[in-house]
Amino acid sequence: MGTETLEELQKKAIAEVLEIYPAKAAKNRAKHLGVDTPEGVKGACDKTRSNKQTVPGVMSQRGCAYAGSKGVVWGPVKDMIHISHGPIGCGQYSRAGRRNYYIGTTGVDTFVTMNFSTDFSEKDIVFGGDKKLKKALEEIDELFPLNNGITIQSECPIGLIGDDIQAVAKMHKKETDTPTIAVSCEGFRGVSQSLGHHLANDAIRDEVMTDSTARQTFESTDYDVAIIGDYNIGGDAWSTRILLEEMGLRVVAQWSGDATYKEMAITPKVKLNLLHCYRSMNYISRHMEQEFGIPWMEYNFFGPSKTTESLRKIAAFFDESIQEKTEAVIAKYTKMTDEVIEKYKPVLEGKKVMLYVGGLRPRHVIGAYEDLGMEIVGTGYEFGHGDDYKRTKEDIARSTLIYDDVNEYELEKFVHAIKPDLVAAGVKEKYVFQKMGLPFRQMHSWDYSGPYHGYDAFAIFAKDMDLAMNSPVWNHTKAPWETKEEVGA
Amino acid sequence: MQDVNNIVNGQKLFLKPEYQEVLKNKKEFEGNMGSINPAKVDEVQKWTESWEYREKNLAREAITVNPAKACQPLGAIMAGLGFEGTMPYVHGSHGCVAYFRSYFTRHFKEPTPCVSDSMSESAAVFGGLANMKDGLRNCNAMYKPEHIAVSTTCMAEVIGDDLNAFISGAREDAEGELDELPITYAHTPSFVGSHITGYDNMMKAMLEQLNPPKSEKVVDEERINIIPGFEPYLGSLAEVKEISKLFSDKIVMLGDHEEQWNTGAGEYQLYAGGTSLADAKTAINAKTTISLQKYSTIQTAKTIKNKWKQGYETSNPIGLAGTDEFVMKLSELTGKEVPAVLATQRAQLVDAMQDSYPYMHGKKFAIYGDPDFLLGLVSFIVEMGGIPTHVLCNNAPRKGWEADMQAIIDKSVWAKDCQIWPSKDLWHLRSLMFTEPVDFLIGNVYGKELYRDTGIPLIRIGFPIFDRHHLHRYSISGYKGALNLLTWITNAVLDQLDEETKDVAETDYFFDCVR
Repeated sequence: MGTETLEELQKKAIAEVLEIYPAKAAKNRAKHLGVDTPEGVKGACDKTRSNKQTVPGVMSQRGCAYAGSKGVVWGPVKDMIHISHGPIGCGQYSRAGRRNYYIGTTGVDTFVTMNFSTDFSEKDIVFGGDKKLKKALEEIDELFPLNNGITIQSECPIGLIGDDIQAVAKMHKKETDTPTIAVSCEGFRGVSQSLGHHLANDAIRDEVMTDSTARQTFESTDYDVAIIGDYNIGGDAWSTRILLEEMGLRVVAQWSGDATYKEMAITPKVKLNLLHCYRSMNYISRHMEQEFGIPWMEYNFFGPSKTTESLRKIAAFFDESIQEKTEAVIAKYTKMTDEVIEKYKPVLEGKKVMLYVGGLRPRHVIGAYEDLGMEIVGTGYEFGHGDDYKRTKEDIARSTLIYDDVNEYELEKFVHAIKPDLVAAGVKEKYVFQKMGLPFRQMHSWDYSGPYHGYDAFAIFAKDMDLAMNSPVWNHTKAPWETKEEVGA
Repeated sequence: MQDVNNIVNGQKLFLKPEYQEVLKNKKEFEGNMGSINPAKVDEVQKWTESWEYREKNLAREAITVNPAKACQPLGAIMAGLGFEGTMPYVHGSHGCVAYFRSYFTRHFKEPTPCVSDSMSESAAVFGGLANMKDGLRNCNAMYKPEHIAVSTTCMAEVIGDDLNAFISGAREDAEGELDELPITYAHTPSFVGSHITGYDNMMKAMLEQLNPPKSEKVVDEERINIIPGFEPYLGSLAEVKEISKLFSDKIVMLGDHEEQWNTGAGEYQLYAGGTSLADAKTAINAKTTISLQKYSTIQTAKTIKNKWKQGYETSNPIGLAGTDEFVMKLSELTGKEVPAVLATQRAQLVDAMQDSYPYMHGKKFAIYGDPDFLLGLVSFIVEMGGIPTHVLCNNAPRKGWEADMQAIIDKSVWAKDCQIWPSKDLWHLRSLMFTEPVDFLIGNVYGKELYRDTGIPLIRIGFPIFDRHHLHRYSISGYKGALNLLTWITNAVLDQLDEETKDVAETDYFFDCVR
């Protein structure tokens, strides 16, 4: 299939998808869908409308501000307790689902997979929940004395009933002299998780960056860096950290997978902030640049090509001794990743993939697929902004369908039209496509595998893609007594 | 580094010495007690196992830790998906719907259709009417439902949106597109009750709004309705229908979500199965409605009894006695003798219970879950001679449930050793299990942390179960369902026995091949 045909197919698919909508919704959705190619300017990566209100009445895959703050940014901070403040549901649905790995004694000195809720009743809505919150903070301190701080993650009602959680947090902090941080990340704020990331970053800026206690005794070196925007899903930050350490750097903090309060608090002492998920943590990186003069650098550890490129870019920031070690690291691992490619590329090459994920992955994982000879023919962000789409342009290698906040109806139609060999998205979509007999990988949770960051992780990624693409189970869909139909016809 | 011939994922990758070194070095920067002073962690850990800690823990008033319940709209969605061609529609923020869909999908390993009208800040200020107007139209155009079941999130409830007025307004503005479409609605505030309350409110609303007023009722003396309640076991739905069919073709399940979460490979179907809308719209005509979950249908019962003036019965067909009661109720209501096939099934179940009884007998169980589920499960444990030492219900109804549970426990010779814990959470249960240990824990996926902490094996029965596959396909209701319960629990006891006796030259004299 030539590039031109693919592009035409993609444009036709968009036109068909839009037909179903009432006029108002069609007009809106048209701006979120497009096609772009590596060549030329002003394609969909430049023009796609994003970070706007979701069209009502569709099955959007988007989450909310609470999910962005509690679920993404704060939740993985392991030695703090994060209260889901409001009704019981939010904390329950977001409990232990993201695979933010950590080391610690859960319930004693670390708390990530637990669910702390103020479990609002009608009385709390009517009379306000501030007193209950204060009491909750006290009970937590009594029963979990090794917590290194508490955050209060607001659910929808808090901002609507006029509670003053900031005042409660301030009072508790004063009384106990431990960090007590309130985040007004009510789910109705903004249009997706994205605002929650921002609000969480702002809370870190105001409450953690201003706490210089740990910094005063911290002895820094010239090679100190922090990993920013890695949630250690399936251990991603650990398989990242090992490479940075082998190249001679000292990783003093992980934000926020397997993170601690202290790690975040000492970060202003680093020489360079390494930013993986730009979307969720560019805010705090910019803040540290302005406030403490710490430069930040985006990198991409998906697949050996991008990992190597990133390692060299990081090394260039430091002296020759680091650069030399980096080359040694690259040489050491490239031998292994070449073998991985040699093993898996023959069975994956030329397979077409459609992606739909969040944060950084709709562009960052493209390189990993390309390393295996797989081709991305469609990608989109649940909650990206214009700068995410602009950055995507650099990563696409052929005509690519671009879809923002794509809903279940649209994605299903696109898949029917474009006929990819693999769909990589989230759990809500997973079984829709598997029922069509299409291999699918969850790219939020690594489908209960991973890590996917770094060289060692690429071997897992390759193995997982092979597992998904080449499992015999996809051959069983048609019963033997049904007429045989050519696959892909 | 990875060995290409033996690529391992995180489970084993991080056990490699180079990664162990990385993790060890990381501690220098961490500052949590485990990286500063592990002995202190051990000390506090021990303290959390004490009676002193238990008392402080049980005295908690404000913070819930590791709950065993969810919120109303989750239940409303299950109720909606029990009807043919029905799209659950949540009036409120879309983040909630993303959570509900993920939650069900992780349990059933199936897609979960549900839309939201994506209310946001402007809706918080001006109300969600504009969202409702666009949302219903878009939903109808894209997903072509035969019925939309509207529920609400806490946001919409706090700002006080008037669903009835909004839906009427949406219809008026829809240029006729929504004229023929039934749209039912229920207020399902997350700050009242739990997911079973939401199930109840949505079920009540659908039945009331789909049916004509009582004045137009045409009684069908042979028709019986069955409402299953918030039932995560699809096999239970199938089994109840199978039993019902043995008595009459005119027994109709209201809210049958079995097929929706059990579609086959091939082409994806948005809607599958469900109670036909024709049956739903004539529910009022039945002679009697039987609820299989008394406490998931408290409000629905009021409509049936008081508004419809229809017979209303409850029956919980979990366990032997529960199934006996259900079967006899059907026999009484249909005037038909209990069919021989059920008598055979019963005999087979009792035979199996008599085969396996030594393993459950005298074993102590801690069990938690929804109120009606617990009534059934505890009844079965008592029937087998097990001891329901701790029965914990986070979403225990205020009236009646404790007395019902006590009556079941009182049938046990160990009744005085059993305790009921209404409105307690799983962190409370942790204390209970440390201070008054049991042999086995029965509950949902969240029990696995209790297993890790206490070493007491978890038998996964309940909702949600994310980390084991296909259990939801089985029945826990009826005689065959009881046989499943018996199989799961007995074999868990035997697995544990093997686990405890597998040490070579130490305990393995008891590692028997025949048990």
